[in-house]
Amino acid sequence: MSTTNSAQKNITMPQLAESLVSATIAKWLKRPGDTVDLYEPICEVITDKVNAEIPSTEEGVMGELLAAEGQEIAVGEIICRIVTEGEASAPAAQSPAVRPASPAGGSAAPQAASGVEAGGMRARYSPAVQALAAQHGLDPAVIPGSGMGGRVTRKDVLRHLEHGGASQAAASAASAAPSAPQPAAASFAAPQPPMFASSSLSSQNEVRHSGLHLSENPKLPKIEIEEGGRGANETYIDITPIRNTIATRMRQSVSEIPHGWMMIEVDMTNLVKLRNKHKDEFKRNEGVNLTYPAFVIKAVVNAIKDYPIMNSVWAVDKIIVKRDINISLAVGTEDSVLTPVIKKADQKNIAGLAMEIDDLARRTRERTLKIDDMQGGTFTVNNTGSFGSILSQPIINYPQAAQLTFESIVKRPVVINDMVGVRSMANFCLSLDHRILDGLICGRFLQRVKENLESYSPDTKLY
Amino acid sequence: MPMMEYIDAIRLAMKEEMENDPSVFILGEDVGVKGGVFTTTKGLQQQFGEDRVIDTPLAESAIAGVAIGAAMVGMKPIAEMQYSDFMLPATNQIISEAAKIRYRSNNDWDCPIVVRAPIGGGIFGGLYHSQCPESIFFGTPGLKIIAPYSAYDAKGLLKAAIRDPDPVLFFENKKCYKLIKEDVPDDDYIVPIGKANLLREGDDITVISYSLPLHFAMQAAEELEQEGITSHILDLRTIQPLDREAIIEAVRRTGKVLIVHEDNKTGGVGAEVAAIIAEECLYDLDAPIRRLCGPDAPAMPINPPQEKFFMLSKDKLLDAMRELALY
Repeated sequence: MSTTNSAQKNITMPQLAESLVSATIAKWLKRPGDTVDLYEPICEVITDKVNAEIPSTEEGVMGELLAAEGQEIAVGEIICRIVTEGEASAPAAQSPAVRPASPAGGSAAPQAASGVEAGGMRARYSPAVQALAAQHGLDPAVIPGSGMGGRVTRKDVLRHLEHGGASQAAASAASAAPSAPQPAAASFAAPQPPMFASSSLSSQNEVRHSGLHLSENPKLPKIEIEEGGRGANETYIDITPIRNTIATRMRQSVSEIPHGWMMIEVDMTNLVKLRNKHKDEFKRNEGVNLTYPAFVIKAVVNAIKDYPIMNSVWAVDKIIVKRDINISLAVGTEDSVLTPVIKKADQKNIAGLAMEIDDLARRTRERTLKIDDMQGGTFTVNNTGSFGSILSQPIINYPQAAQLTFESIVKRPVVINDMVGVRSMANFCLSLDHRILDGLICGRFLQRVKENLESYSPDTKLY
Repeated sequence: MPMMEYIDAIRLAMKEEMENDPSVFILGEDVGVKGGVFTTTKGLQQQFGEDRVIDTPLAESAIAGVAIGAAMVGMKPIAEMQYSDFMLPATNQIISEAAKIRYRSNNDWDCPIVVRAPIGGGIFGGLYHSQCPESIFFGTPGLKIIAPYSAYDAKGLLKAAIRDPDPVLFFENKKCYKLIKEDVPDDDYIVPIGKANLLREGDDITVISYSLPLHFAMQAAEELEQEGITSHILDLRTIQPLDREAIIEAVRRTGKVLIVHEDNKTGGVGAEVAAIIAEECLYDLDAPIRRLCGPDAPAMPINPPQEKFFMLSKDKLLDAMRELALY
């Protein structure tokens, strides 16, 4: 390691938050050979507190990556090396885990030191040695000593007794040395202390069917799909941390919350006209799309103001009604669903909501949401309309009291004043926590949402 | 058996005891709405309500005093000190009141409180967030003091502490909160107070310790095994009352003892353990009793190099254990 190439700087896992001891590498942003500026992000990490990018503490060229994506790394461990200045050589394939012969070197040191004072300890007998010697009628002076400075140890006496007094100096000398030529593989596979559960490499491809969920965060999958056990008719997909979190939350919601569902039909024709009137200009002025959810959230928030109990949490011996109306917005990505939060949605107008929705949805897809973006939701709005869904029974975003799902807007013949007209209709499905909410209050709430939505007119102000 | 972190095991112990016994309640700074600065009490106020998980003012003396009063009229309070460093305003309540109530009332009154406080450094917390104050309370008759190292023990010992009829100080190690992950049964088991636990058997040296340093000792023992040195490792678990029989037995096994703790050396728990060994085991000793402890410096420094210097580590244990084995 200490060759001419001395300009390799080690980058270690920083302590990202108090009490965190490790973090999982999510993604390397720099590959070996890439140039790295000071403070430039080199990788993304996941912890149970934060997801963060690790900035480089060096300027140079990325050398060896010592941690694989998905690997959990203890704080202070080296994750990669950066070659500084012009020393960019091809990263050497060194095995980093092996410390350079330290066990052997370390054990040699005290022995060497003891040689200096050799003889000084030879005739000094510990109470244990004296007691044993007296008990067995031995003269400790004839027993070969393996301790510091040739001292006779308690073990030397025991060994002496065991072998009927035969000299065992050779054996004791040998016991100190056998680990010297330790092969690299051996130290890697050395058994770990029992309390650190090792996720063993020799996993038997076991499939768990009992127990609902993993109780620890699963590793990031290295291989997305493994071949199944029974021939080719099954494939295994590793559980990602986000999948595990979704599974845990969903189960908690379903098992703790007695769900009820209701649906109401809303005439969206006026809203469709209103949006069509503004959407091009809005896109030009603001640079974001004027989407239906902005109008829907505005209508929902106004209805929640009239029925604040919708904005509450079950607390066993009481119901906590939240003052702020923070709307969680269900945003799907290819492999997960996240619920970023529009804080204080009651203080925002339609344009403000549209911009915030656009921002949150974009950052969800880019995976750049911060932990703060995900917290504090009090009511969830979900939009399944883009899939063409017209009816769903979503699971409540625990621990909220209710969730409203906005389905597809569909043109349908509708009877108005005994005449048939073509109107843009949409269904709104409400999932409710039946411990807190009953049919009557939810019916009234849905009615208010419906009124709010149907009372949009071409004159409604966006700002 | 579910795999959980040390901190989860502590939370689970409180949750189970609160479910089983309506007289158990928690009070402390930020334990309710916030769920504790480390999330130790997260979700408990939601489950049990504001009357049983009480956010208090920043007044540790009041936290302990209120808990003592409640305990005397039949409640079973769990008083959380946010960091053990902040516990000193409460020492008068704990030492002069809680520890003495049974004695001075001739058994008419008792005081079944648990005071939970996170100890230890290595978290870049500096002087006010890293202390180990065991020695301040150690040696006060009437107090029981527990310092678990594993998640299993943390749960079982905390449950035992809550059920104990007398005041118990429960020193949980904050570095262990997330570091330790292991199988913890979700059934209603307890770990008895006052019983030490043998973690590993060996013939060359005996290591006696409690809390975080045991992990370093176990790792070091693993490496020393490669060199042919076997270690006998005793977890005190309860540091008051000390399990004298277990200490003596562990010492007799090897005759070479290393006592390890993060609290500073002078006047620490290790001094008392060493005294017990000197009193009881003189003729079993094959080497001087050794102690490896935090330095006698006023506080844990906050800058990383000095914190590393101050803290115990696997390497420090490894060197001390090897040196003793070769003595």
